[in-house]
Amino acid sequence: MAVVQTRNVTKVFKEGELGAVNNVNLETREGEFLVFLGPSGSGKTTLLRMIAGLETPTSGEILIGGKVVNDLTPRERRIAMVFQSYALYPHLTVYKNIAFPLKAQNVPKNLHKEKVEWASSLLGIGALLQRKPRELSGGERQRVALARAIVREPSVFLLDEPLSNLDAKLRLSAREELERFHRRVGTTTIYVTHDQVEAMAMGDRIMVLNKGVVRQIGTPKEVYDDPADTFVATFLGSPPMNLVENDGVIVGFRPEHFRLAEDIREVDKLTFKFRVENVEYLGAEFILSGLLMGGKADGKKVIARLLLGHSYEAGTTYDFAISARQLKFFDRTTEKKVPAKALTWQ
Amino acid sequence: MKRKLSHKIVHVAVLAFFVVLLAFPFYWMVIATFKENLDLYNVQNNPFLFHIKPTMANLNLLFGETRFLRWLWNTALVGVLVVIITLLLSIPAAYALARLTGRWGERLGIGIFLTYLVPPTLLFIPLSRVIAVLGLQDTIWSLVLVYPSVTIPFSIWLLMGFFKSIPKELEDAAMVDGLTRFGAFLKMVVPISLSGILTVVIFTFTLVTQEFVYALTFISPESNQMVGVGIPIFLVRGDVYYWGSLMAACLIASLPVAFIYNLFLDRFIAGFTVGAVKG
Repeated sequence: MAVVQTRNVTKVFKEGELGAVNNVNLETREGEFLVFLGPSGSGKTTLLRMIAGLETPTSGEILIGGKVVNDLTPRERRIAMVFQSYALYPHLTVYKNIAFPLKAQNVPKNLHKEKVEWASSLLGIGALLQRKPRELSGGERQRVALARAIVREPSVFLLDEPLSNLDAKLRLSAREELERFHRRVGTTTIYVTHDQVEAMAMGDRIMVLNKGVVRQIGTPKEVYDDPADTFVATFLGSPPMNLVENDGVIVGFRPEHFRLAEDIREVDKLTFKFRVENVEYLGAEFILSGLLMGGKADGKKVIARLLLGHSYEAGTTYDFAISARQLKFFDRTTEKKVPAKALTWQ
Repeated sequence: MKRKLSHKIVHVAVLAFFVVLLAFPFYWMVIATFKENLDLYNVQNNPFLFHIKPTMANLNLLFGETRFLRWLWNTALVGVLVVIITLLLSIPAAYALARLTGRWGERLGIGIFLTYLVPPTLLFIPLSRVIAVLGLQDTIWSLVLVYPSVTIPFSIWLLMGFFKSIPKELEDAAMVDGLTRFGAFLKMVVPISLSGILTVVIFTFTLVTQEFVYALTFISPESNQMVGVGIPIFLVRGDVYYWGSLMAACLIASLPVAFIYNLFLDRFIAGFTVGAVKG
C-alpha cells in the first residue's frame, strides 16, 4: 500500500493553450478510496494517466509511496489500472489475461496458478478461466479486469470510469461489488468518474475537478453540504443547487431544503412566494419547478424537491421557505464561498 | 419439408458448380502432365480422358533437361527473403504511422500507398540502371532488393488499417501490467494483428512467385532464373510448346502455395475483412 501525492502537476497538450490539468496538489490517505469527479474534459482522466505513467506531466512532481516517480515507466510504478473499456487482451483466455502481469513482471512461473486462482476466486470468476474475453458479459469482463489488476498485489489501484460501460441495473450491483472489494483488499484506490452518484456513494473523499483545476477536495458530506464554489454546488446534487443573486452575492440553497413555509419550524428562515410552473411526480418525491415572486428575487427560476404528503398544482403560488442555516453564500465574481451575510430581500 | 429439399438441391448445385470451376484447372494440369503429345494434339480425342497410356516423358523432360528444381529453389529463397524484409520494415512503419496522431500519419500512409501504384513496366528501366550500378545484374539478389519496393507500400497500408483497429487502451494496459512500449507492441499488437500479418505474407509470397517483368529483365543465366520466367523461356522453344512439361511445372509450382493458402483460409478472410472495414 502507498500514498499518492502530486505537487503542482500541470499538463499542457498544445503549447499556448490552456492546460488539461493545472497545478494540481493532492495527497491520498493510506488505503483511501479517492474519487476524481468532474464533467468530461475536466482533466480527471489525464491526471489519472499521469499518475499511471501513461502521460508525462508538463511540470510538477508525482510521488508514490513518498518517492518521485516522474521518470519511472508505468511498469516500474507498481500500480494497477482498470480501463473504461476494460482493455482485456482479446487473444488470450481469462486465465492468461489474469496471469499476464505476473508473466510480464517475471514472477516465477510456479506461483502463477496459485495467484490466478486466488484473484479469480476473490471475484467469483473461477468458472470462466478458459473463456476468451469476447465470450463474457459486461459484468464478467469487469470482474476479469479487476482480477487482472489485483493479481500482482499493487500498491495503488487506478480505476478509469470502470462502470460506464454497464447498463443501469448492472452498474448498481457492480458498484456494490467494487465497494466490497475495496474494503477487503484495502489498497489505496483512485477512481475517476463523471457520475456524481457514484462519487458520493463510493468515495471516502471526492476531488472535484473542472477545466483542469481542483475545485474542492473533501468527504462526500463536505462537498455536498459545504461546496467551495458555485461549480461544485451545481455539479453535485440532482436537481442542482438553486442560485439566486442578491446585493452582489450569490445565495444558494438545495432543492430539498426549499419547502412549504409551514413545514419549517425554525424561526430564522427566509420566505418566498413560489409560483409553481411544472410538477414532476417521481414516485417517492415531487420535483417542482417555478418562479420566485416579489422582492429582489422576483422572476428567478428555482427548483424544489419534496417528499410526498401534500399535493401541488402547476399555476398556483405557495408560501415556501428555506431555513437560514441552509443558505450558502458565494462571491459574485470569483464564485467562491464567502461567509454568511444578512441580506434584505424586499 | 419440400422447401428444405429444394434448398438443399440448389445448395449442392451451386457448390458443385464452383468446385468444378475451380478444380478444373488442376485437373487439366494433371491430365496434360501425363499425356503423350500424340494424344494431346489429336482433336478427335476426348480431351478429358487418356487415349494412349499415360507417360512420364513430360516429367523427365522437365526435371532432366531444365533447371526446374533450381528455379523452384530460387523462387522459394527470394520469396522467403522478401517476406522477411517486408515484415521487418512494414510492421514497425505501419505501427508508427497508425499511432502517429494528427493528419500527418494519414497523409504519409496515403503517400506511401501511392508509390505502390507506379507500374513495374515503367520502373524496370531506371531500376535496371540501379541494379547495374550495384553490380547485382544476373543474380537473384537484384530481385531481393527490388521486390520489397512493391510489397512494402502495400503491406504498410494494409497493416495500418489493422493497427488502427486495435484500441490504444490495450497497449496502455499492457504497459501498466509490466511491459515496455516495445514489449507491448510485440506481445499485444503483433499477435492481435496476426491475420493481417499472414495476409501480408501470402500477398508478398504470391507476388514474388508470379512477378515477370523484373525477373525477366534483371536475370539472364538459366541457373539463376525464377520459376515464373524459367518455365516459359525454356519450355517454349520458338513456336514449339512443351505442353505436357509446361503443365507439370505449373502444377508442381502451384501446389504448395495452394496448400498453405487453404491451411490459413479462415485467417485470410478475417485479414481481408478486418483490415478493410473500420471497427
